[in-house]
Amino acid sequence: MEGFISAYIFMLAAFTGYEVISRVPVILHTPLMSGSNFVHGVVLVGAMVALGNAGTPLEKTIGFVAVLLGAANAAGGYVVTERMLGMFKNEKKGN
Amino acid sequence: MPEIKWLIDASYFIAAVLFILGLKKMSSPVTARKGIVWAGMGMVLATVVTFLTPGVSASFMPADNLVLMAIAIAIGGSIAWISGKKVAMTDMPQMVAIYNGMGGGAAAGIAAVEFARGYMYGTVLFTLATLGALIGSISFSGSCVAFAKLQGLMNKAFRLPAQNVVNAILALVTLGLGATIVWLGQGVSSDPIYNLAHGAGSAVPAWLLISFFICALALGAIVTLPIGGADMPVVISLFNAFTGLAVGFEGYVMGNPALIIAGIVVGAAGTLLTQLMAKAMNRPITNILFQPISGEAQAGGTIEGTMKEVSALDAAAMMRYASKVIIIPGYGMAVAGAQHKVWEMTQNLENAGVDVKFAIHPVAGRMPGHMNVLLAEAGVPYDKIFDLEEINADFNQTDVVLIIGANDVVNPVARTDKSSPIYGMPILNADYASNVIVVKRGKGAGYSGIENALFYMDNCRMLYGSAQKVAADVIQNLKTME
Repeated sequence: MEGFISAYIFMLAAFTGYEVISRVPVILHTPLMSGSNFVHGVVLVGAMVALGNAGTPLEKTIGFVAVLLGAANAAGGYVVTERMLGMFKNEKKGN
Repeated sequence: MPEIKWLIDASYFIAAVLFILGLKKMSSPVTARKGIVWAGMGMVLATVVTFLTPGVSASFMPADNLVLMAIAIAIGGSIAWISGKKVAMTDMPQMVAIYNGMGGGAAAGIAAVEFARGYMYGTVLFTLATLGALIGSISFSGSCVAFAKLQGLMNKAFRLPAQNVVNAILALVTLGLGATIVWLGQGVSSDPIYNLAHGAGSAVPAWLLISFFICALALGAIVTLPIGGADMPVVISLFNAFTGLAVGFEGYVMGNPALIIAGIVVGAAGTLLTQLMAKAMNRPITNILFQPISGEAQAGGTIEGTMKEVSALDAAAMMRYASKVIIIPGYGMAVAGAQHKVWEMTQNLENAGVDVKFAIHPVAGRMPGHMNVLLAEAGVPYDKIFDLEEINADFNQTDVVLIIGANDVVNPVARTDKSSPIYGMPILNADYASNVIVVKRGKGAGYSGIENALFYMDNCRMLYGSAQKVAADVIQNLKTME
């Protein structure tokens, strides 16, 4: 059953992702791609746990690199998305 | 400490809710800005509570792992933060690519640590860990290549002889290695003490793991190398979906629902987004991956006729005394940083009573919607910008179309020439206007290397020069006509 709960989570999450994105205007494709890029930056959390559990120097090294990459994904993804979407605010004022 | 466990689980749950709500808000222009802030709060929450995780916190494991973690976050986070703040809007696509690649690399790294630790057990876990490692590695190396190409570090399209065969063989080898890892690894027991006693933790030999990762990385790079810049946004979007999936799979391996939900939601959303983009370009995703446009090879027939030049003065006069002008901006304008000048020119024309609109092709810029962002940055109001379906019927009542730095998206061969690689792509019907002025740096072919039939048409005039300089010249000339 445990395994199946995860399978249900997989399935429902997939439908959620599909539904959330459908009917999006073209002008938001780029920001949205960037925004979803930010959201999978949560891989940082997994990398932190992996590094936390690491024992040997090799594991620690890989874990360190993974945390570094994950943090860059999250931070970079946020900044870039925020900057792009910041411009839509100006557009609205221009209307 | 059950309370802490509860706190962490609750926080992950809230983070997952914030991610989904954030993405939902990002899909409408009105709420988009709030969306990223919500998702950002979710990320901060999830990251902070992870420091408390038993096994991560200092009480359980050596404290130096915590220190390493903080250092890694500080370095990775600050480099990405600063580079993201500094980067020009035109360079956004490659930044998205590289950050995405890093996420894929992190997912593959998680799998590598788990393989090395040898505490993982069972067919399902091993399969998902291996799949995540495969997809994450492909996304990592592929995104790095995409970044290098868009950044101009790697200019030429690189194509192996029998590229598709090489791709297929490498893919099969990689899958074979992955399957072997699962086969050898799945027998490992859930009992660490048993594993220690039987040496089962090392059931998968190191050389196998290393060759698997090398092959997966090579596969991502080799698939991306032949893809031209015009198709790259779709590929970046595809890798974005890949990273999402990889994160979801590794989330399962780590038993972390926040990773599963965020990863799979992005995987599904990214897949849909990739399809939407490919549809906007009329290029099926399989064509993009396996039949990249290579300009010289299949540029279609040569075009008869000559290109006729026009001066900035004449161009200014044509537009000044027109009643309707449509400007079609392309990536070339953005690269030249000319959008501010073009907007200034537009304001001059409007003051003279000319009706000026901007027409945006879905793939203008380097990604769908990229050009809207670039024009917005220059201050062009939203209501002057029209997309393809909204404006295509207007061209035959338009006096002058000014094309700045766009090429393939106005090429009429997409409608007429079945042998052309861009045949069937929806284009802006600039050729239907009474007059067309094309601002172009030189006489070369477009981004995809395809000759543009529009340039040879009777109603078309070429205005050579950089977009920035041309716009400035036109403004000068407009001022003399006041």
